[in-house]
Amino acid sequence: MTEAHGATAVSRSGGSAASGGTATTGGLLQVEDLTSSYGPVRALDGVSLTAEAGRITAVLGANGAGKTTLLRTISGLVRPVSGRVLLEGHDITKAPVESMVAKGMAHVPEGRGVIAELTVDENLRVGSLFRGKVGKDEFDRVYDLFPRIAERRNNAAHTLSGGERQMLVIGRALLAQPRILLLDEPSLGLAPRIVAQIFGLLRQLVDSEGLSVLLVEQNARSALSVADVGVVLNLGRVVVTDSASTLMADEDLRHAYLGF
Amino acid sequence: MDYFVNVTITGLTQGMIYAAFALALVLIWRSTRIVNFAQGSMAAATTFIALSLIQAGASYWVALVVALASGFVLGAIVERVIIRPVEGGPELNAVIVTLGLFVAIQAAIAIIFGSSFQSFPTPFGVRGFEIGETTIPLTPTSLYVIGAVLVTMALLVALFRFTRVGLAMRASAFSQEVARLLGVKVGGMLTLGWGLAAVVGSLSGLLIAGGTFVYPAYMDSLIVFGFVAAIIGGLDSPVGAIVGGLILGLALSYVSGYAPRGSALVTISALVILIGVLLVRPGGLFSSTTARRA
Ligand SMILES: Nc1ncnc2c1ncn2[C@@H]1O[C@H](COP(=O)(O)OP(=O)(O)O)[C@@H](O)[C@H]1O
Ligand SMILES: [Mg+2]
Repeated sequence: MTEAHGATAVSRSGGSAASGGTATTGGLLQVEDLTSSYGPVRALDGVSLTAEAGRITAVLGANGAGKTTLLRTISGLVRPVSGRVLLEGHDITKAPVESMVAKGMAHVPEGRGVIAELTVDENLRVGSLFRGKVGKDEFDRVYDLFPRIAERRNNAAHTLSGGERQMLVIGRALLAQPRILLLDEPSLGLAPRIVAQIFGLLRQLVDSEGLSVLLVEQNARSALSVADVGVVLNLGRVVVTDSASTLMADEDLRHAYLGF
Repeated sequence: MDYFVNVTITGLTQGMIYAAFALALVLIWRSTRIVNFAQGSMAAATTFIALSLIQAGASYWVALVVALASGFVLGAIVERVIIRPVEGGPELNAVIVTLGLFVAIQAAIAIIFGSSFQSFPTPFGVRGFEIGETTIPLTPTSLYVIGAVLVTMALLVALFRFTRVGLAMRASAFSQEVARLLGVKVGGMLTLGWGLAAVVGSLSGLLIAGGTFVYPAYMDSLIVFGFVAAIIGGLDSPVGAIVGGLILGLALSYVSGYAPRGSALVTISALVILIGVLLVRPGGLFSSTTARRA
């Protein structure tokens, strides 16, 4: 998680001048000049970024910076005012939300998105429905990754702890066999030990299985420790994009935008 | 003793029909958070379709199948065309739309099928079975009603528990956004849910019509009792709808069978039971509000 991972595709750019500049290099997921509004509130203002294949790209910023809106716009839950989203070069800006997962993008929403009334096992099965018949071995693999939810597979999901819920939704997303995983604040409300465990697993999946991750986090310290590239968002604009290690070393930036 | 058994069986039979109507309301409430006030007149419309087939010479069973199928189509069309625009909007909009639909369909029935009283057949007798010398108060018709509702419910349970589409429907009902992110075509599931609910509602309308007279507003008392049963049960719970229907059916049958001038007290008793239940458990007997919030 040092220079070796992220050095090729990053560009350091100041202020909102980041718009458009980095988005033409052809990453797995490209966001070009994206603007989204809730009525008069402009939550994203010309955001451009690239998530490269086989990397963890972290989007960081304070509460209200626009991180959730960014992910929701990418997956189509929020329709942008302008700008484009490209997945493997294909424009998916106007694609239906329910088609995204089949295109290779799995979005785990903020607040984790377990379906509380269904059992753990049913939650996993919903995640694989769109693929048709899915072998038992794939479910076993998720349960092997997360033994804690394996024990509770027939319990209703609302009985799970926060950490178990996060494991469930990540496992469910993996069953979709995504090329890129969008995670919205997975560390929220979890004990540091659990956060480290989950982030460690993500790193492992990225390094050994070619998964790509777009990780949205307010918890910048933890996120940068696992990410290759960091994108700092403030008030709906990209402040800076750089390798995680460079961002980590930039004390002024950390104080100004990352809160540590 | 005979009389008590008789009143009990009548109560169970009526209760099954209330349960079916309540279940139709619950299915729609769970999936779209809309109370379908048009359920009664939608069911009445399909009963009239069955009646005109029977009058044209079709058998009861053919008419039943066609009526249930047209119930499905009607439910699906209503969701797609009329409900979809108000889904997820202010609750009052949906209330007004389904109430308006209720009135409109009832008026359409009167225009198309006339507003006179017409007798609706029942496929089985209403005399009790005879075992040797004694006649037991269980009639073939009540057996048919109870059996039809039980089979329908068993099929629904099997659909929701054991099939992929049932799982997708439950996921869509509980969490539309998450289901969509997981690739479930939520819109299609909601349409399917409304169609199935309308089938169950139509069944209740056909069963209550059997052996009696129908007219455009013949469903009105079933509508009241079906709503009371659904709310007693918690509106959110299929099991609650069934238990609510049976409790109400039995209670009303005892009131009507034992209280002096009981039949005049039936409707008011339903409301007393409703208020009593809501005072003790404001969310209904089987409300799962706490689980949903968690
Ligand atoms: N549903 C909404 N309606 C109106 N404003 C919203 C809504 N969701 C978010 N916002 C506003 O958009 C901005 C960005 O919010 P959000 O994307 O949730 O940020 P973050 O995830 O970084 O905390 C904030 O100013 C927030 O108040
Ligand atoms: Mg957020």
